[in-house]
Amino acid sequence: MKETIDLKELLSSRFAAQESAINGAAASDFFQQRKAAFHWFGHLGFPTPKHEEWKYSNVRNLISESYAFNAGHEVTPELLETLQIPNLEGNILYFVNGTYQPRLSTLVSPPGQVLILPLQEAAQSHPDLFKAYYNTLAKNEKEAFTALNTAFSSEGLFIHIPDNTVVEQPVILRFISDARKQNSGAQTRVVVAAGRNAQFKMAEAFRTLGEERSFTNIVTEIHVGEEAYVEYYKVQNETDNAYHIGTTQVRMRDRSHFYAATVSLNGGFIRNNLNIEIDGQFCDAHMYGLYAPNGRQHIDNHTLADHRQPNSFSNELYKGVLRDQSVGVFNGKVFVRPDAQKTNAYQSCKNVVLSPGAKMNTKPQLEIYADDVKCSHGTTTGQLDEEALFYLRSRGIPKSEAMGLLMFAFCEDVISQIRIDPIRHYLEGVIAEKLNLTQ
Amino acid sequence: MLTIKNLHASIGEKEILKGVNLEIKPGEVHAIMGPNGSGKSTLASVLAGREEYEVTSGTVEYNGKNLLEMAPEDRAAEGIFLAFQYPVEIPGVTTINFLKTAVNEIRKYNGEEPLDAARFLKLVKEKAKLVNMNDSLLKRALNEGFSGGEKKRNEIFQMAVLEPQLAILDETDSGLDIDALRIVSEGVNKLRSPERATIVVTHYQRLLDYIVPDFVHVLYNGRIAKSGSKELALELEEKGYDWIKPQLSETH
Repeated sequence: MKETIDLKELLSSRFAAQESAINGAAASDFFQQRKAAFHWFGHLGFPTPKHEEWKYSNVRNLISESYAFNAGHEVTPELLETLQIPNLEGNILYFVNGTYQPRLSTLVSPPGQVLILPLQEAAQSHPDLFKAYYNTLAKNEKEAFTALNTAFSSEGLFIHIPDNTVVEQPVILRFISDARKQNSGAQTRVVVAAGRNAQFKMAEAFRTLGEERSFTNIVTEIHVGEEAYVEYYKVQNETDNAYHIGTTQVRMRDRSHFYAATVSLNGGFIRNNLNIEIDGQFCDAHMYGLYAPNGRQHIDNHTLADHRQPNSFSNELYKGVLRDQSVGVFNGKVFVRPDAQKTNAYQSCKNVVLSPGAKMNTKPQLEIYADDVKCSHGTTTGQLDEEALFYLRSRGIPKSEAMGLLMFAFCEDVISQIRIDPIRHYLEGVIAEKLNLTQ
Repeated sequence: MLTIKNLHASIGEKEILKGVNLEIKPGEVHAIMGPNGSGKSTLASVLAGREEYEVTSGTVEYNGKNLLEMAPEDRAAEGIFLAFQYPVEIPGVTTINFLKTAVNEIRKYNGEEPLDAARFLKLVKEKAKLVNMNDSLLKRALNEGFSGGEKKRNEIFQMAVLEPQLAILDETDSGLDIDALRIVSEGVNKLRSPERATIVVTHYQRLLDYIVPDFVHVLYNGRIAKSGSKELALELEEKGYDWIKPQLSETH
């Protein structure tokens, strides 16, 4: 039995140690921002279920143990080979325990197409660019985990796509937590700035190795410039001892397009925040999500479409398949601010609960302050379609296979939105395996 | 092939079948007619194994086996096919993939090797031609957005592919125009053989102009009130079902 600790206390002393160790750099703007964030974290503390945004997701277990953050590792290229997503091509960047691993990574896009730099390096070599984007979207003063990430994430990536540039190959970030010997902690910050009329595809994929705990606290800031087109995929296939808190904070400018798909297939405790500020006209934002917890897995998705300007469109489809004693949470907020006339905003969340012990909590939240808008939302939570099941069985397909077929089809609505083929195929494989419902 | 004895079935508290007796031999076509609510579709559903219905008494023997103990998929694998009155739309599952799974699961049940892609496609093409089934429908999600006629045609197409020993057509004629009716009936007739039997459940005599039955049974209030040859269907068309009633009360 591990001893219970006060993680907040522990992090405080770690931050103090970090501050004294960096000496001269402490005065840098980068560090000052982190220091300010740490104060926010100290002020906010870890959320409890009394906090409205954390009502269904209790982090008590997560913060009851300590983690070796951004620790060294023994992940070899041979081991990574076994974790590969088949046929995946592009810029593949590995992080182990939150730390970027340039030696394990492959960059294929020419630097003129996309600038990819470790965070600290970007702060030094491109100070103006860095300052324009880094930590400008994060809500440190409101979100404890975001503040914590800002405070500790000297590790991370800065990705910049110049104006009028098409990045032909996707950027795939692979986050590996090595929890084979000890609890692993990872705090990583990713900052993406897509310039005007740029086109860019990226994915973040998370894996944990070993049976100890992992704790990932990641914040991704994505700036979608005017007329830019960005696809963003988040893929979680972790262990039952993996804890994940992730916030993706997006800002869209005029006539830009943003597609997101978040697929959470395995993980002990997952909280994904996807917040999109639609701060431009004639934008379209798409959010797709799929979660398929089983056992005692807990998967929570909070999304926000914040319409700040007129004439934009947002569409959201989240789907869940829940089994055993698992818990799902969907909280989808749509804000339509007074200026955002002619907004079209749609939201849908559909769930199938396959076991009596599984639980789905849904909370759509529409706040509309403009009067000339089209908004709709709908959530459904039900069992499997018995009529469809009988139809398949009446054609000779055994019950377990028929259920698998129906569930796979249910998931396919979301999976088909993933436009990086090898990732889509990989996920289809994981889902097919997971939905093999043979009892 | 099929022997139904004193079959009683209920849904919830309501008894719908109240003692059905029926004997079907290979090669025969039986029409089951009757007014709405007489239990025609219930009988079809019970034979296919729909779980909402509870069989409260009676027996159904199929090729010497107790049919009522078998799961729906096993009944299908043993050669029973129900053409649905209301075929279900299943988004995300293409007709072709669904059918391939069905064919190979049935083959597996019967200890046969699965069909490879080439042989399966050949089979499908051949059968699609039989019922004028458009290839493009096969690639679409199962019945999703299909017209009423397309759905029914898809049922007969599936039947043609699965080649059942006992086909049960549950009001296959409902919602079909005369052309579709002819195509569907031709499909059924092409599958007639001395080894196979068909039960045609219908409300109207119209279908029986195309699929000529050997026997006609009138189901009334959960029982077979009258049986006869194909002429009985014409008589029903002319007189309606009301004249059956007094005969039924006489037997009480």
